[in-house]
This record gives sequence, C-alpha cells and structure tokens, in this order.
Amino acid sequence: MDILIQQIINGLVLGSMYALIALGYTMVYGIINLINFAHGEVMMVGALTSWTIIGLMQESMPGTPGFVILFIALIIACVVAASLNFVIEKVAYRPLRNSPKLAPLITAIGMSILLQTLAMIIWKPNYKSYPTLLPNTPIDVAGAVITPTQVMILCVTAISLAILMWLVNYTKLGRAMRATAENPRVAGLMGVKPDVVISATFIIGAVLAAIAGVMYASNYGTAQHAMGFLPGLKAFTAAVFGGIGNLAGAVVGAILLGLIESIGAGYIGQLTGGVLGSHYSDIFAFIVLIIVLTLRPSGLLGERVADRA
Amino acid sequence: MKQTQKIILFLIAAVGLIVLPMLLQGFGNAWVRIADMALLYILLALGLNIVVGYAGLLDLGYVAFFAIGAYMYGLMASPHLTETFPLLAGMFPNGLHTPLWVVVPLGAGIAGLFGILLGAPTLRLRGDYLAIVTLGFGEIIRVFLNNLDHPVNITNGPKGLLGIDSLHFFGFDLGKKHSFFGFEFASVSLYYYLFLALVVISVVISHRLELSRVGRAWMAIREDEIAAKAMGINTRNMKLLAFGMGATFGGVSGVMFASFQGFISPESFSLMESVMIVAMVVLGGVGHLPGVILGAVLLSALPEVLRYVATPLQAMTGGRLDASILRQLLIALAMIIIMLSRPRGLWPSPEHGKSLQNAKA
Repeated sequence: MDILIQQIINGLVLGSMYALIALGYTMVYGIINLINFAHGEVMMVGALTSWTIIGLMQESMPGTPGFVILFIALIIACVVAASLNFVIEKVAYRPLRNSPKLAPLITAIGMSILLQTLAMIIWKPNYKSYPTLLPNTPIDVAGAVITPTQVMILCVTAISLAILMWLVNYTKLGRAMRATAENPRVAGLMGVKPDVVISATFIIGAVLAAIAGVMYASNYGTAQHAMGFLPGLKAFTAAVFGGIGNLAGAVVGAILLGLIESIGAGYIGQLTGGVLGSHYSDIFAFIVLIIVLTLRPSGLLGERVADRA
Repeated sequence: MKQTQKIILFLIAAVGLIVLPMLLQGFGNAWVRIADMALLYILLALGLNIVVGYAGLLDLGYVAFFAIGAYMYGLMASPHLTETFPLLAGMFPNGLHTPLWVVVPLGAGIAGLFGILLGAPTLRLRGDYLAIVTLGFGEIIRVFLNNLDHPVNITNGPKGLLGIDSLHFFGFDLGKKHSFFGFEFASVSLYYYLFLALVVISVVISHRLELSRVGRAWMAIREDEIAAKAMGINTRNMKLLAFGMGATFGGVSGVMFASFQGFISPESFSLMESVMIVAMVVLGGVGHLPGVILGAVLLSALPEVLRYVATPLQAMTGGRLDASILRQLLIALAMIIIMLSRPRGLWPSPEHGKSLQNAKA
C-alpha cells in the first residue's frame, strides 16, 4: 500500500511536469497545427539557464536563502526561454505558414537539433549536477515520502495552471487566442491580429516549458543538453492522449500519463514475476497512447475529428 | 535528339557510378564506406517515400523496420544464439549461419508484417496523430531491443550483437578481398556494387509503382482521402499495402546494414535516425524519386565528408567545436535553411498530382 501511495505521489509530480510542457504543445498545435518538435529543447534551455544563474548567484552572493535563488533563476530562465521561442517562431515557422505541411515540421526538427547542438557548445555536453536549494528533509504522507522540492513542483504547477486558465478564459488575449484557434481568417476580420496572438502563444508556451525545465532539473538533480527530448516527446504524447488543441485535455492527459508511468514502473516487476523490469516504463506512454487512439481517434477530451492531413 | 541526349546522360551516370568506388578506394576505404552508407540511406529513403511520399502517411517510426531487418539477420547469422542457448548449439554444431536466400526474404517478410501490424490500428488516424503513434511504435521496438537481454537473452541488450557474418552467396564472400581483371576490390567496394544494384532495383520498383494503379490510388488517398473512398478505392487495403511495402524496403536495408557492419546495437535505431530519414525524403522533394535520392545523399554523405574538413576547425576553436558537434550543427542549419528557401524540397516533382496534368492537356 505504501508503495502505491509513493508511486501515486511520484506520478503526480511527473505528470504535472509533463502538463506544463504539454500545454505549450497543445496551444501551438491548436493555433497553427504544428508539432513543435523544438519545444522540449526550450525546456532544456530553461533548465540550463537556471543552472548557470544559480551557479553565479551562489558564487557572488553566498548566504542568500535557497528559495530566493531558485525564484530568481526561474524568472530569468523564463525570460530567456520566452525570447528564444519568440525568435524561433519568427525565423523558422512564420515564413512557412502557407507552405506544405511537412516543411515547418522539418524546420521544427532542425531547430530541435540546432538548439541541442548550441547547448552542447555553450554548456559542454557533460551532465551537470543541479544543486538542491530547498531543505532536504522528506515529509511523511501515510507511509510514503514526499520531498519539499516535489511539494514545490506541485504548487508551482497548480499556480501556473490557474494563471493560464485565467489568461485564456478571462482576458482579451485569451479570447483572441481562442478565436484564432477556431479560425484565424475570421478572427483576423474581427480585428484580432493573428501574428501577435501566435507570438504570444509561443511566449506563454516557452514560459511554461522553462518552469517545467527548472522543476525537472531540481527534481532529478541533473541537467544536460539532451534532457528535453524525452520529456518533450512524452508531453506531446500526453497532449495527443488528452485530445490535442484542448488545454484541459493536455493537463488530464499529462497527469494520467505520469500516473500510468510511475505506477506501471512500480508494479511491472511484481506483476510479471520479475520478467519485465522498470526499464520498460518508457513504453507505457506509447502503448497507452496507441490503445486510446485506436478507441478514440481524437483523444480523451478531443471533440474535433482528426481528419486533417 | 532529346532521346539520344537522355541515353548519353544515362550512360555517363552509369559509368560514373560503376567507376566511383575504384576511384574512392585510392583515397582509402573510409571514403567507399561513406558511399556505401549513402546507398543504404537511399534505400531507406526510397522505402519511406512509398509511405510518406505516395500515400501521404507520415511515419516517424520507420527505423523500427530497419531494426527488425537488422536484428533478424544479426540473430540468424551470428554466434549469439548458439552461445546463449545450448539446445540450439546442439542442433547447429557449426553455428547458425543461415544462408542469405533465407534471411533476406524472412527479414523483408517480417518487417512487412510489422508494417501491416502497425498500420492496422492506425487506419482511422491521419496526419499528426498518425505521426505520433508511429513514433511511439519505433520507441517501443527500441526499448524492447534494449531490454530483451534478460531473463532470456535474445537481443543481448545494449551491448548489441557481435560477429555477424558477412554476406556470401554461391561461395562468394563479400567480406573478403577479391580481384577481377587484375584489379583488386576491397570488401567495401563489393558491398557498394551490391547496394547499388539494390538501389537500382528499388528505383525501378518505386517508379513502376508510381505509374501503376496502386500508385495512383495512393496518390488519390494522399490528395483527398474521402474523395478517394467515394471513387471506390479501398483505402484500408491501400494504406496497409503502403505500410507493408515501405516496411519491406526497411527490412531489406536492415539485413544489408547488419551484414555490412558486422555489429549492431540498439543505438543505431534511435528516433533520431527515423527523423533523419523523414528529413531526407522531405528535404529532397517528397514523392519525387530524384529528389528523394538527392536528399538521402546530401544528408548522409555530406556530413561524413564534413567530418574531415572539421578537424582543422576543431583545432582552431580549442576543441570546443569538435567534428561531431559541427556536423550536427550543419545538418540542423541545412534542414532549416533548405526548408525556408524551398519549402517543397530541393528537387520537387514538377506537377502536383497526375490528375492536374491530364486536365491541362
């Protein structure tokens, strides 16, 4: 029973990080129908930027409380990631908006490789140990443990989601975003500037991804140039799982995916008598995805029929 | 006049391709190897072109079929299985050296079967949903290859399979040097001719398919699936056929790859590899054979050539920009710049669908 609670906690933490990344994917997809393969790399840039900032601050201002350092690093990482994503959209995706659909997909893949390579040049390819800035005493929850970092991840995710929901549902920008997602041309006729909305979407997505990156690095204690790839992939899977283009769907999909992954990894050894180990955890995401999409081609909460080519 | 020009051009190209390894061999076998790998990638790109270019089904897990072919040959023609299973060793005291005539059709068949298996549940999906499912499929295969070393050691896990036989047929071993007409051919050059022959065969098959009823049905599905269905095309069978056909090409290239390298491990079949093959097809000109070949040559050979140029650059930048990083940087930049300047690929097909051409005439 303790193991189950522990795996549920881990799953929620994992799922909330996937959710932050998945929202960026799903917003971009909802508006310009592009799988933004470079999104995981934006998360990586956020994490590595915060790592540099933390290092600088610990050196120049020893004695500053950990959470202050983390907070400042987080803000700077968000700004860097947002400006980066803004530029990427302008340079690599905007000129291709009316091209065949595969062209922006290839530039997105190219951008993903480019960012990884640049990160390798700037930060060197080795693994960096990411300092633990919050107190390290685990909290006991019904026989399972949760670290303060994990509590922070859950809180930050909840706050970010709340702000995003407010932004999308109650502000002018949010209404413009929803209108553009529905039909960019008609939205344009109604006085919405699609280019501005798309830029804003990329910036918001990047901020969420950078937050996820910082959380991811603090949770696992490492950061590296290739760290964004797999979480990015899982997050996209989560977005599709929940019904791509649907914000609530992305969150639900991501949390479910996190739970399935960690519960699966925790129990697969027992269930199969030790035949299959926890290394298989990476494939649960994809197996679940295939099953869900076979039964419901538009994802769990998706309404639109997937008939776009 | 035009006809004779064409024939002359064709002959020059043919002679050039035949002489190429002899010239390259003079500079060292490494250069012939690059040409060999380029041909293998052309083979893969041609296979994927059937799925993506003709039928319009974006497959991001194509490398899985390559892996299936490679492991098929790796298991059937290396000491691994007889070493791990005493029972098999008893049955085959000289080791498991399955002949080529068994393994190639088997590799192709099993890869094709997996292609259809992948296609079956995804028939209702289109576009990006399909892309992500195929991507997941590729990852599933890779994770299995990586972990099937216990409790029963089948794939030898991340360590990979060693000591895979080179190809031999009619007592002729491609893994050894041979001399013809007083000219010595290294093993890599012999493989070059084999791969070249396979590429030529694949080009012919692809070209014939493109012109056939099946090919036109695929293109109809690509352009408008609902209209194609309304015109009486069995879209389900056609899509499965496209997946199966494409996968077969992948399986054969996998067998070739395993025998050529003599060693395989899951590392060669990562998602990046799938993405690279898609990039080759799209960069060159999706659905257009010369374009696909151009894309494959560019993305596979050019980076290898750059590797040699990169060494002085590495010294200049104090080791920060080493060859592999520079190579990756250039690939990424090429992908972005080519797509921005030519969104339909470097060498796109001159007309958009056959139907439009007929309408004009």
